Amino acid sequence: MIERTVKQSNSCNLRQRTLVTIIIAFILLIGIILSGALIGPEKLGVNLQLRNIPPSFAHLFGTDWLGRDMLARTFKGLALSFGVGLTAACISTIIALVLSLLSSVNKAMDAVITWLIDLFLSMPHIVILILISFAAGGGFKGVVIGLALTHWPSLTRLLRAEVLQLKNMNYVAVSKSLGKSRLWIARHHILPHLIPQLIVGFVLLFPHAILHEAAITFLGFGLSAEAPAIGIILSESMRYLATGMWWLAFFPGLSLLAMVGIFDLLGRNIRRLIDPFHSQKL
Amino acid sequence: MMDINQVEKSDHTLPNSLIKDKTPLFEVNHLSLTFRQYKKGLRESSTQVIRDFSLKIHQGEIVAVVGASGSGKSLLADAILGILPENADVKGDLKFAGEELTMEKQMLLRGKDISLIPQSTNALDPLMKAGKQVQSVIKRKNKKSIQERIFHKVGLSKKAGEMYPFELSGGMARRVLVSTAMVSEAKLVIADEPTPGLDEHARNETIHYIKQLADGGKSIMFITHDITAALEVADKVAVFYAGETVEIANIDDFTGKGENLRHPYTRALWNALPQNDFIPLKGSQPLPGETINGCAFESRCPIAVEYCAQKPPQNKSVSGGIVRCFHA
Amino acid sequence: MRFKRISLYVVKKIVKLVSLLLTICILSFLLVSYSPIDPVQTYVGADMMRVSPEQQENIATYWGLDESRTEQFLSWGKAVLEGNLGTSLIYRDSVADVIAERFLASLVLMGFAWVLSGIFGFLLGIVAGMREGTIVDRIIKGYCFLLASTPAFWLGLLLLMLFSVSLGWFPVGLASPAGILAEDVTFIERVRHLFLPALTLSIVGVANVALHTRQKLIEVLQSEFARFAKAKGENGFSLLWRHGLRNISLPAISLHFASFGELFGGAVLAEQVFSYPGLGQAVVQAGLGGDVPLLLGIVLFSTLFVFAGNLLADLLYKLIDPRMRKGEVQ
Ligand SMILES: Nc1ncnc2c1ncn2[C@@H]1O[C@H](COP(=O)(O)OP(=O)(O)OP(=O)(O)O)[C@@H](O)[C@H]1O
Ligand code: SF4
Ligand SMILES: [Mg+2]
Repeated sequence: MIERTVKQSNSCNLRQRTLVTIIIAFILLIGIILSGALIGPEKLGVNLQLRNIPPSFAHLFGTDWLGRDMLARTFKGLALSFGVGLTAACISTIIALVLSLLSSVNKAMDAVITWLIDLFLSMPHIVILILISFAAGGGFKGVVIGLALTHWPSLTRLLRAEVLQLKNMNYVAVSKSLGKSRLWIARHHILPHLIPQLIVGFVLLFPHAILHEAAITFLGFGLSAEAPAIGIILSESMRYLATGMWWLAFFPGLSLLAMVGIFDLLGRNIRRLIDPFHSQKL
Repeated sequence: MMDINQVEKSDHTLPNSLIKDKTPLFEVNHLSLTFRQYKKGLRESSTQVIRDFSLKIHQGEIVAVVGASGSGKSLLADAILGILPENADVKGDLKFAGEELTMEKQMLLRGKDISLIPQSTNALDPLMKAGKQVQSVIKRKNKKSIQERIFHKVGLSKKAGEMYPFELSGGMARRVLVSTAMVSEAKLVIADEPTPGLDEHARNETIHYIKQLADGGKSIMFITHDITAALEVADKVAVFYAGETVEIANIDDFTGKGENLRHPYTRALWNALPQNDFIPLKGSQPLPGETINGCAFESRCPIAVEYCAQKPPQNKSVSGGIVRCFHA
Repeated sequence: MRFKRISLYVVKKIVKLVSLLLTICILSFLLVSYSPIDPVQTYVGADMMRVSPEQQENIATYWGLDESRTEQFLSWGKAVLEGNLGTSLIYRDSVADVIAERFLASLVLMGFAWVLSGIFGFLLGIVAGMREGTIVDRIIKGYCFLLASTPAFWLGLLLLMLFSVSLGWFPVGLASPAGILAEDVTFIERVRHLFLPALTLSIVGVANVALHTRQKLIEVLQSEFARFAKAKGENGFSLLWRHGLRNISLPAISLHFASFGELFGGAVLAEQVFSYPGLGQAVVQAGLGGDVPLLLGIVLFSTLFVFAGNLLADLLYKLIDPRMRKGEVQ
């Protein structure tokens, strides 16, 4: 007698678990972003009486050497990171979509686009960001432009493969023989099938963009020292580490990690829901 | 317990004592297999591939398992060896040499007492030399010389042993696969479609090797959808339809217009052969996962009656064979 | 025949490299020259006092101050082709020398991190893949996803706080011997400065290799040949040893070579946190300080570095994988 039953991993099934994860991740993100956006300048102000306070109930993340509340600064920074991430993800997704559609036009176009992808992947990402930021004359603008213009290659590669596959489908050939224009085919047959990939790709761009934004501002590019970007908060904290003010670096970084992680989780779970075959093992 | 071999033609190549009156070497009863999968949107679905499979194989016997593509034959082999994919549920009684075959036992026996000739040449590790892959089955010393002897026997040169699978032709790769079964000391060999894609010569050769294996006292489960090949070598033919054994027939039942055959599907298969009437069977078998309340063959059966669709027929023995049909 | 194939391969790679470098030269020159931070002005103006008239003259001829952009680019391009990358403003030394010296320091750092993260990532990936779906697998997977979301420089800061500030085992970055000549630094001191940045980079680098290895191993274990190997009685460790490693090693090593870009990016951040005097620190300083020749030099050099990694990844397949190696002969 042999008997084997696939064990159910949990009491509730995977679909429900995935949906719940997606909803919770979504709510958490909205919460973080709203609270960041709602923090007014009064909370960010200097208060010299309350300098260098370690984490306490009144100041969960402590205060800095100017008596600014680190919790408020951190959340403001996260909201800022989200804004930058959103811009970068939107623009990069659009670029990726356009390029992948263009690559289906003909062989030469496809070669050009593959070469463009290779070109952008041939330099370390951070070096491109530094170069663009320098070219834009520094400032926040440079950072945003850099981030928006450099996150498309991997998504383009993915979409391009998908478009190539769709192009060989029967119904596309049929439409073509019916004399439909390229644009019509792209709109009616290709785009709808790309949307799931596009959504997932869009969400999964956030973690990259946000981490790169933090990194490049940490290195000192772009933002003025006043703006509470996480990268700036962390690079400022370096000056005070030796004095034992660990909370200046610990909580802001952890919050950034949390936000990036939640975006990643959200993206992976949406992908699992839409496309269980490609991601069954993740 | 009924014994099919009572009426079986005596096999001249084997001492009678080997087949008769013995407990079968291997026995499956009521094997069922279900897959669980996630569909789009992560909805769970389960698909039954094998529903109620039963079969006995005696020592030295060749039993052909015949069924259409996708009827679950390869999975049957996996279930016997205990190497099913993780998302499969199985249930059933397996016995080997009179003893119950538990999952632990399967793990011990496979490769030793039960050996597989896989269906696809992808079964060879692409990064390991062919000879090495055969040697891994050999438990004795002198692995290399034993392997080379077997290679010689199946017509492969010494050099083939030093080749990677991608350097072998399809036919050579098949011979490598066959030789893994030949060097093993297995008592039961499961040959999963070893013939398709071979030219006339290579096909005959492969069938010859399988006969040789049986002559050496091994039992063979010969999985195929090529009825002609099955009839050439087998002692018994088990016909597999939509995950069920619909008939187990003796080789000499396949004569004339199939009057001796018990199940309409078997008869249809027989009559569809080019050397017979060449009448193709219309329709297709139910897909795995389709719910079937009555007889699985009902939708295509020429002699179906009303209650065939309501109640599943059970196995019964008729004139030395087994059949699952109300009308037999 | 074989010779022909090899030379075709070499030619193809060279054409690719040259076209990449050329495009990057043009693009980065354009970017830099349209920058509101005028390269030449910053270059000369930033430190007028210390630049002698002769030097100003040199700079002017190097950049072709009064010429059109195209001519400027052409004369710069010609200088680059002759191996003259110009003079770094910050380091007051030829850019080529600065890059060479700095790269050596970075190479030690990246080399250690690369090897360590490769080994640990590979092992973790194997353990997770072999135990797919179990608690161990979930923990390793979770750890990797966590690492992938961790800002590398923050991890560096944490290590700095823990080991340097609290425990005092290692120097706090700022006290690094940036100005001291390489020969004057003792071996121990060097290791002390190397340890934390290398640790940071190693930890961060693990995630990618581990997840990739895990995925590959799972694929291999579900393959037709693994099924056959199991049917031949192989199981668990013997299956991994005989068939698993053979099929996952090459993809893993290859992936690791192809990740030089990320490695370099990590080094930039780690060097900044620990004030490690490597190429990463130099590119940040060049970018912030308007040191155009150095910036362009490092852009080109880092492209070469990434290209080398990809080339090695590719070559490895060609040399080791019998399907490709023998395919060349036939
Ligand atoms: N891992 C799996 N998950 C879900 N369904 C599967 C899986 N493996 C096989 N199946 C399904 O089980 C059915 C039987 O497969 P199997 O390979 O046993 O067929 P077969 O009889 O050997 O066919 P062929 O003659 O083509 O080899 C197929 O319809 C297949 O789609
Ligand atoms: S049971 Fe009925 S439907 Fe099924 S094979 Fe027999 S006659 Fe045909
Ligand atoms: Mg099969």
